[in-house]
Amino acid sequence: MRYLPLTADDRREMLAAIGAASVDDLYRDVPKAARLDGPVDLPPHAGEMEVDRALSAMAAKNLPAAVAPSFLGAGIYRHHVPAAVDHLIQRGEFLTAYTPYQPEVSQGTLQYLFEFQTQVAMLTGSDVANASMYDGATSCAEAVMMACRITKRRKAVISGSLHPHYHDVTATSAKFFGVNLVSPGPDFAGTEDLAALIDGDTACVVVQNPDFFGRVRDFTALSEACQAAGALLVVVVTEMVSLGLIKSPGEMGADIVAAEGQSLGNAMNFGGPTVGVMTTRQKYLRQLPGRLVGETADADGRRGYVLTLSTREQHIRRDKATSNICTNSGLCALAFTIHLTLLGEVGFKRLAGLNHAAAVKLAGRLTGIEGVELLNDTYFNEFTLKLAKPAADVVEDLAGKGVFAGVPVSRLLPNAEGVENLLLVAVTETNTAEEMDRLVSGLEEVLR
Amino acid sequence: MATVKYTKEHEWVSIEGDTGTVGITDHAQEQLGDLVFIELPEVGKELGQGDEAAVVESVKAASEVYAPVSGEVTEVNEALNDNPALVNSEAETGGWMFKIKIADPSQLDALMDEASYRELLKEID
Amino acid sequence: MSIPETYTGHQGLRTEEPLIFEQDTPGKSGVDLPEPETVSDALGGVTREGDIGLPGLSEPEVVRHYLRLSQKNYSIDGGMYPLGSCTMKHNPRLNEKMARLPGFAGLHPLQPQSTAQGAIELIGETARWLSVLTGMPGVAMSPAAGAHGELTGLMTIRSALEARGDARRRVLVPESAHGTNPASAAACGYTVESIPANERGRVDIDAFRKALDSDVAALMLTNPNTCGLFENDIIEIAEAVHEAGAFFYCDGANFNAIVGRVRPGDLGIDCMHINLHKTFSTPHGGGGPGSGPVVLSEALVPFMPVPYVVREGDTFRLVEDTGESDAKPFGRVKGFHGQFGMFIRALSYMMSHGSDGLRQVAEDAVLNANYLLAELGDELSAPFGGPCMHEVLFDDHFLKDTGVATLDFAKAMIDEGFHPMTMYFPLVVHGALLMEPTETESKQTLDTFIGMVRSLAAKAKAGDTDFFHEAPRLTPRRRLDETAAARKPVLRWTPPAEEAAE
Repeated sequence: MRYLPLTADDRREMLAAIGAASVDDLYRDVPKAARLDGPVDLPPHAGEMEVDRALSAMAAKNLPAAVAPSFLGAGIYRHHVPAAVDHLIQRGEFLTAYTPYQPEVSQGTLQYLFEFQTQVAMLTGSDVANASMYDGATSCAEAVMMACRITKRRKAVISGSLHPHYHDVTATSAKFFGVNLVSPGPDFAGTEDLAALIDGDTACVVVQNPDFFGRVRDFTALSEACQAAGALLVVVVTEMVSLGLIKSPGEMGADIVAAEGQSLGNAMNFGGPTVGVMTTRQKYLRQLPGRLVGETADADGRRGYVLTLSTREQHIRRDKATSNICTNSGLCALAFTIHLTLLGEVGFKRLAGLNHAAAVKLAGRLTGIEGVELLNDTYFNEFTLKLAKPAADVVEDLAGKGVFAGVPVSRLLPNAEGVENLLLVAVTETNTAEEMDRLVSGLEEVLR
Repeated sequence: MATVKYTKEHEWVSIEGDTGTVGITDHAQEQLGDLVFIELPEVGKELGQGDEAAVVESVKAASEVYAPVSGEVTEVNEALNDNPALVNSEAETGGWMFKIKIADPSQLDALMDEASYRELLKEID
Repeated sequence: MSIPETYTGHQGLRTEEPLIFEQDTPGKSGVDLPEPETVSDALGGVTREGDIGLPGLSEPEVVRHYLRLSQKNYSIDGGMYPLGSCTMKHNPRLNEKMARLPGFAGLHPLQPQSTAQGAIELIGETARWLSVLTGMPGVAMSPAAGAHGELTGLMTIRSALEARGDARRRVLVPESAHGTNPASAAACGYTVESIPANERGRVDIDAFRKALDSDVAALMLTNPNTCGLFENDIIEIAEAVHEAGAFFYCDGANFNAIVGRVRPGDLGIDCMHINLHKTFSTPHGGGGPGSGPVVLSEALVPFMPVPYVVREGDTFRLVEDTGESDAKPFGRVKGFHGQFGMFIRALSYMMSHGSDGLRQVAEDAVLNANYLLAELGDELSAPFGGPCMHEVLFDDHFLKDTGVATLDFAKAMIDEGFHPMTMYFPLVVHGALLMEPTETESKQTLDTFIGMVRSLAAKAKAGDTDFFHEAPRLTPRRRLDETAAARKPVLRWTPPAEEAAE
């Protein structure tokens, strides 16, 4: 078997050195009743060609949004990733390296994570960032837990414009950990008054910008209301590219930022793996979960990097840890930081500008179609349309014609009222004029 | 003249009137290694004897410091916030952690005096 | 040993590489993007003013930067990692090719399910392989990593208990358990009670029975355990757990020892997370991403989180809404559908090995570890008698009175071109050295490793303490000051002007 270096001779020699008659001897602590006599009922080993063929056949059954005209968003975005990114992350020294617990032989990993932490702090307008989390949704849940630890309160106010998956994941954690969530319900009308829901038990208020429906807002006033009540403001960002054009959460007074970094460096991958981001103020540093990379010097006085403040983490604090998290999103964070380094200040801002310009253009064309109403006053690269027919049907119809028109809000809010006709449409630098033509004509036809 | 008593978990408490000053012993700081952070209790907190009062962190470990007697925390050593190393260099003097208003002086009877604590250290080593 | 000073600071192929921020040229970019058209914006005035501070570099400079960084890293491609409980095995490149097929990588998670049937089928097929290998009917695929899987498993258990009106408050965890176990239990709202190990390195059955009562929701056991030993009494333990009305959680980090030879379902386990990045070869990527699917017994299946795959004839469907079915999913633990990119890699690995190959994986892993025990047991000190499973535990007794600690021993191994073994874990022995070679190391590599460890042990016993305290000497950086890093944390680069102002 191509991945197993031991030969029959090796095995014989080794058994002799051990003093065992066969490998079965080595399993003698396994209760007899549980020993399997032979392989389980699954196919036998297969060569590369066979595996390639079988998996390629599965892949061929899909119509990837990466190649079709696609306006899908809702938390995962189609962006162009420069070719160099995937080549660099596939270097064995990055791809197959372990967690950098032995810093002397992990300076590559540690330095890129230090650079990642810096870039993320800059983008979000924060003091400090960690070395990444699983994804945006779990970062959001961890942010609420962190706010509860800091304020010693057990209630959180959740915006009705927070991505439903983020809300669900946070609600799940909150239920088991004993935190009370208060939410006004899905806010596609844009009328929620979160400040009114803050009281002396509130640990934090969680908002998203741009929000689930695409709206862009300044939360400075809300951050002041939070501060007055001794609560923290958590801002969620699902589209990092927006930070090239819109005011950062830090500038608005966010105490914790929980974000999804997939837009940079990472393919859509059917939703995973992606890269969660978490940042905060210097004074809350010790309550930040996840790995942290810090700068220091070695025995010769040269600058180097190490994992630090590990005593917050599970392998030391066990049941008193800030979180049970043991992994970051390493390679996805590397892809993110390489892409952002290639873009630079100029490129990143330009990319944001291109996304917004494309969205403005398409929004203008779509509002000209009968049966289409644009709900947003503001947006970055995603907006909500109200259609004359149920959005899910329209989407299915257009998918049959090879066009991904957008995400029906009902897919993520199946039990909400009044959302059946709402469609989320995302536009990025990857959408060509031809793709927009196909969407426009497709909608015109189906809404006739 | 203050009396000093010791616990089995290597805390010391220096008693003056009804105030006890609490820290960890030199033996303890040596075992823990270089300390990087001290999590001190909040002033005003009520502690029972044996409750977790503080946490000392080195690079690789975090250890609890327990209240040797019951009472209310009246003061904490702010100097430790910027200089946790003080616990290493002056564990039994400048590295004190918090002061406690002793609720029940009879609890002190159960603690060791210096001689008994030295005996304990001999047994461990 | 002095290294010659050079003008550049580089030493041949060993380079000194500054931060990207120190190589910034304002206005430079490594991508060519057109200027956006001027449009009247829809940002509502919430615009970003001023600089973000991101450095600008051209593509050649960027590629060179990351290539140089990569050269400072040890990796499994480059050498063995005998890390106990980590299962650092070879990462097959076929897996990377399969994960990058456009028909997989290019999928958006919310595109209509009818257009992603092959992907949903893949999730279901990966789950099916895991189900057959473990003998457990249910598989929750969405947890993002092992610890996440532990939490998900405990949430499932708690939901099942609450559904029968029997909420309990405690979880029993052996002393030797990985820190994620108690951390996950606490995150699930449980109080954790620790159970000691016996002199044979297994869980102390008497202590366990004493602690087991009707307030215990679950026992969390690792099997094989973190001392590298199979818990002989596991079936008896499972029976006791069930009799008390509790659930049996198994930490599956060490599944590599028994895959294809033992099914956790046959041991009475209710719930086990699997680390795809351990047993199933998905790459560690310098710390992630991982994937931690959880296999579940019949009693727990109804409470599994969303999303999960159902097959309806030839159609595959992802159930995403908790209200959709008769089942009672407790909620959602992750955005979207889980670590799909890792499922592809794991399935590619499983299909390549097949049921016969996977069984061979476990056997070779166990053989390799026992070989290390046989060849090192006289020079090092093994606290527990053999046979071990896929990893072998030594303590620092053999270093007594040498002035060399486990840490120093490990640092000396680095200069010899080997990543050290797991140190100071599990906590049940002093100065632990936990070695797991895995099945993808050749006998030649193992013999070199054995010879190297023996020579270092002899050196330590001969009293050459300076040699160990000064190690490593040959690496891009010597030992780093972790105390200073923790006392005054510097977690990001700051522009010099800002620093000077402080």
